[in-house]
Amino acid sequence: MKIKNNALNVLFRPIWRDNPINIQMLGICSALAVTVQLKTALVMALSMTFVISCSGFMISLIRKQIPKNIRIIVELSIISTFVILTDEFLRAYFYDISKQLSVFVGLIITNCIVMGRAESFALSNPPHLAFIDGVGNGIGYGSVLLSVAFIRELLGAGKCFGMQVVPDYLYSMGYEDAGFMLLAPAAFIIIGLLVWLQKVLTKGSP
Amino acid sequence: MTENLVGIFLNSVFTGNILLAYFLGMCSFVAVSKNINTAIGLGFAVIFVLSVTTPVNWLIYHFLLAPGALHWIGLPDVNLSFLKFIMFIAVIAAMVQAIEIIIDRFSAALYAGLGVFLPLIAVNCAILGTSLFMVERNHTFVESLIFGFGSGVGWMMAIISMAAIRIKLRYANPPYGMEGYPLTMIVTGLMAMAFMLFSGISF
Repeated sequence: MKIKNNALNVLFRPIWRDNPINIQMLGICSALAVTVQLKTALVMALSMTFVISCSGFMISLIRKQIPKNIRIIVELSIISTFVILTDEFLRAYFYDISKQLSVFVGLIITNCIVMGRAESFALSNPPHLAFIDGVGNGIGYGSVLLSVAFIRELLGAGKCFGMQVVPDYLYSMGYEDAGFMLLAPAAFIIIGLLVWLQKVLTKGSP
Repeated sequence: MTENLVGIFLNSVFTGNILLAYFLGMCSFVAVSKNINTAIGLGFAVIFVLSVTTPVNWLIYHFLLAPGALHWIGLPDVNLSFLKFIMFIAVIAAMVQAIEIIIDRFSAALYAGLGVFLPLIAVNCAILGTSLFMVERNHTFVESLIFGFGSGVGWMMAIISMAAIRIKLRYANPPYGMEGYPLTMIVTGLMAMAFMLFSGISF
């Protein structure tokens, strides 16, 4: 089956069927690290969407001028420019969150999703499609991030966006937060289970 | 001083393992851990590149980019630290390229083993992550050397043990959809749990 590159398809494919994290196995590093809280996950997802779509647009715009041999370094410098913009913006307006995200905003540069989309899509498609593709991949990435963060924050701290959702009487009845959810191993296991779930759900569909 | 260095080394290998505690370098970890020989090759390449790039980036950061770093050419008020991402990634890409050329020139055997992995490493987040952590934790030059080396050793240990586990898992019979990537993630989670046990040890 040939995939049609119309705008709608480009936007929606990466959200479910070609999800960058669950199916293409790209960009896992940051997905695990920033998902302790919904707030950081949301900020990360937005920064990621911004970087993928803008860098895709720029790369696609100059795709005919980039010499083949040095395309990687050209792509990297375009991506880093947008990452620096994002980082400076976060530092100026959301200082606390940028402290919590620490090095992971910078690591968007080496995030395989951005490079992967630049290489496989932006270099061979017109700018507006590359931009839409970036938005779609950003949403796909963000939705996985938010679901992992939701599970971890709810079970690990009893909160949702920093607000307590597990009622007090449950605690007085002896319910305790699973502190394990906030630790590194839980992130791996939750992503593993989510991917499994998606594979079972999409069983049989092409 | 030496105790501190030993502490940094052990911390970066075990409790602060770059892969299992900070999730860096996951992409190549999942992709390459199918085969133990390639895992060993990539592991050595990562150690090599990390031990070279982390100190080089330290020098660049502290003599060019950090706030006030340019006072040696009479510009004490210049703060270029926002350029660190682009500088670091350029240094890493250039170093990887240089190492590839040097290895190719002097050791054909090593090139045959490591050559294919080197380009992959340029975009491995473990490399850039280590450099950024080195800045964030204010390591000194010697510490950054030890930290880079230790992170590489930790990453290699993780990928080799993962490859060994995956060979055994070939004979397992997981439920539908579980084989491959999801199972790898869950096994990594269990490994991360095992590595966390080291955190009780203080240096």
